[in-house]
Amino acid sequence: MKRVKSVYLLLFALTLILVLGSCRGEKEEGKESTLKNQSSQETNAEPTIGGSIVVGISQDLDSLDPHKSVAAGTKEVLFNVYEGLVKPDSSGNYIDAVAKSHTISEDGKTYTFQLREGVKFHNGAEVTAEDVKYSIERCAGITEGGTPLISAFSIVDCVEIPDEHTVEIHLKKADTEFLAYLIVGIVPKDVKDYNKNPVGTGPFMYDSRSPLDYVKLKKFDDYWDQEHKAYLDEVTFKIVADNSALVNGLKGGFIQMAARISPNETADLDKEKFTIYEGGSNLVQALYLNNAVKPFDDIRVRQALCYAVDRQAIIDIASNGKGTVIGSSMFPAFKKYYMPELSTYYKQDIQKAKALLKEAGYPNGFDMTITAPSNYQKHVDVAQVLVEQLKQIGVRAKIELVEWDSWLNDVYANREYQSTVVGVDAAYLSARALLERFTSEYSRNFINYSNPKYDALYEKANHSISDEEQIKYYKEMQTLLTKDAANVYIQDLKDQVALDSRYGGYEFYPLYVQDMAKIYKVTQ
Amino acid sequence: MKNRKNYSLIIGITIVSILFLLFLMGIFYTPYDPDAMNGSEKMLAPSIQHLFGTDQFGRDIFSRVLKGIGTTFLIAISTVCLGAGIGVLIGVLTGYFGGWLDEVLMRVNDAIVAFPSILLALIFISVLGAGKNNVVLALAIVFIPSFARMTRSEFLANRDMDYVKSAKLMGVSSLRIMLVHILPNAIPTILSMMAIGFNNAILAEAGMSYLGIGVQPPEASLGRMLSESQIYLSRAPWIAIFPGLAIVLLALSFSLISEGLSKKGER
Repeated sequence: MKRVKSVYLLLFALTLILVLGSCRGEKEEGKESTLKNQSSQETNAEPTIGGSIVVGISQDLDSLDPHKSVAAGTKEVLFNVYEGLVKPDSSGNYIDAVAKSHTISEDGKTYTFQLREGVKFHNGAEVTAEDVKYSIERCAGITEGGTPLISAFSIVDCVEIPDEHTVEIHLKKADTEFLAYLIVGIVPKDVKDYNKNPVGTGPFMYDSRSPLDYVKLKKFDDYWDQEHKAYLDEVTFKIVADNSALVNGLKGGFIQMAARISPNETADLDKEKFTIYEGGSNLVQALYLNNAVKPFDDIRVRQALCYAVDRQAIIDIASNGKGTVIGSSMFPAFKKYYMPELSTYYKQDIQKAKALLKEAGYPNGFDMTITAPSNYQKHVDVAQVLVEQLKQIGVRAKIELVEWDSWLNDVYANREYQSTVVGVDAAYLSARALLERFTSEYSRNFINYSNPKYDALYEKANHSISDEEQIKYYKEMQTLLTKDAANVYIQDLKDQVALDSRYGGYEFYPLYVQDMAKIYKVTQ
Repeated sequence: MKNRKNYSLIIGITIVSILFLLFLMGIFYTPYDPDAMNGSEKMLAPSIQHLFGTDQFGRDIFSRVLKGIGTTFLIAISTVCLGAGIGVLIGVLTGYFGGWLDEVLMRVNDAIVAFPSILLALIFISVLGAGKNNVVLALAIVFIPSFARMTRSEFLANRDMDYVKSAKLMGVSSLRIMLVHILPNAIPTILSMMAIGFNNAILAEAGMSYLGIGVQPPEASLGRMLSESQIYLSRAPWIAIFPGLAIVLLALSFSLISEGLSKKGER
């Protein structure tokens, strides 16, 4: 009897394979989806008020405290909950939020804000100048024990309140760019532990959360900007660590929106049911090298790696040909600072790479480990191509997949790694947000890059009052990063956003955020 | 029953031999470099050039399946040998001597069996870290209890039999009694357990690689290939089908062999 069963099992398996095999329809003809680059070509249906949406995100939030969270994936969610004195808009300008106007003194040392009246926190209290003072001082470490929670705020000297609707921020030294950092969330002074009680002034308020499962936000009815109140009543960010599960969630209908998925993944979606938007991800994707550990403490080895990779091939193989080759820690969305010429500084040159390795004392290559966060398929895929390309110069790389939490902890915080493929975002609309992190003293300089010249340039850029001068220094910093081969820069990824076609209003920002207040449900 | 052919065993051994030949072939020759990527040949359907088609990186799936079968075979063989080796040793000692040693080891055994095996393997992996060697270690630990238990029961049944008693009277050493007198009687059971162990090891390895904690990319592993093919399932099903087929055949053949072996034992 048993034997008969096995034969049936075999037959069944074979039939299944045949059936599945014949399933492949004509789908791969590459019907290019109707990509919408910007939200201008909206569906002509009218927005309605109300409704809810489930947004799939690939990792849990590291902290709900706006001053303590570090992950880009957290900031994109908290953007809806917290607001600063100013906030960025989709074209990269600052609009006043909690403040109603601002002036910067001639010497760039004093920032004066007139507070908007009647701005309410989610707990019902009105925003006072005291709250603003507290929030800024908290970031600067003036109130909580000395170390600034956000290092850019270390230049804050003091915050003064001349009258109850005015706040003056005095800086230790001139800095014309400091406004970019004032998008940092304003929090109420009398609430403790923002991780448990996230209270802000944004269009959505925190409702509930279940670790590794979801974060739920509710519409905030008393939002100060009544004209730009959120359309939706409820937004749930559902954590789905696996992108194929995310796509299945979209197909199955329990997720209505997923930002940051790759063209490979959207290709499977029904174009009738989903609107696909495409935009730059505003991430600097690179093979980040720990400059403090062997063999990457040797510039020749790092340069050899740069010469070994063919960036365009990586984009073609792993990212479906979509993505922009970059050569330094800057992406094209920051037009002012972006230097396209750096992307061709290292052209693939195997002979040169080998010669550099030989010079550095590794004629036969070496073994290395690339740590990659397993929840980001786009980084894992690139890592796989890198392993293959590095073989050409005799470097034997192996990949170690880690959970996002371990990545944040081991790689980002403790710097216990050799190399990693990841994307780094700009938290603020300034070149500084991307470049400051590689100064020797910076607390999150996770690649341990250290070059006194770089630090000096940063100081100069920081002190320059004119825009042009500053841009010049920032460009020099980028060039230095490229010449020192601090990292193997790869690309600014193209991200696609899939939005259920019953919704509309998606807008791209030059920052890593999702503005859910603009998303609406369309009338059928 | 007497003259009927043992079809399970024959079919099982045939498939295993074919796969084993493919595995041997994969060591010395694959049509393409299994890791070589080619941006211009992504997701090609099966053809003469690429028997099983190509995957999302433009790698030849046939070559990767050959390598994957190799990886799986090696992991399964080392797992089963390690697990069976230690398990049988424990079973022999506890079954023959009994006493407090038996009590201690068997209670530890019970504790291990109390956990679902795949969960236990996952725990070991999270402690040891992902990777090929650790998968072998983790799975071997999971396999030890069943081997120990089976061997022990065979030894318990045999140790009071007359032939053992007379051997003892003749002054044969314990070691010799265990290995030369009793163990051969336990061999059929152990062999059939090993066959089913292969089967489990293959499935467990595939499962763990599928979850991303087994063999690390870009090394070819059948489970890993399946896992990465998921999002292409409707566009390029061959990326999933051939590694899947290989897993099915591997698992099926070993379970046929174990069935055949136990039947042989019955006769």
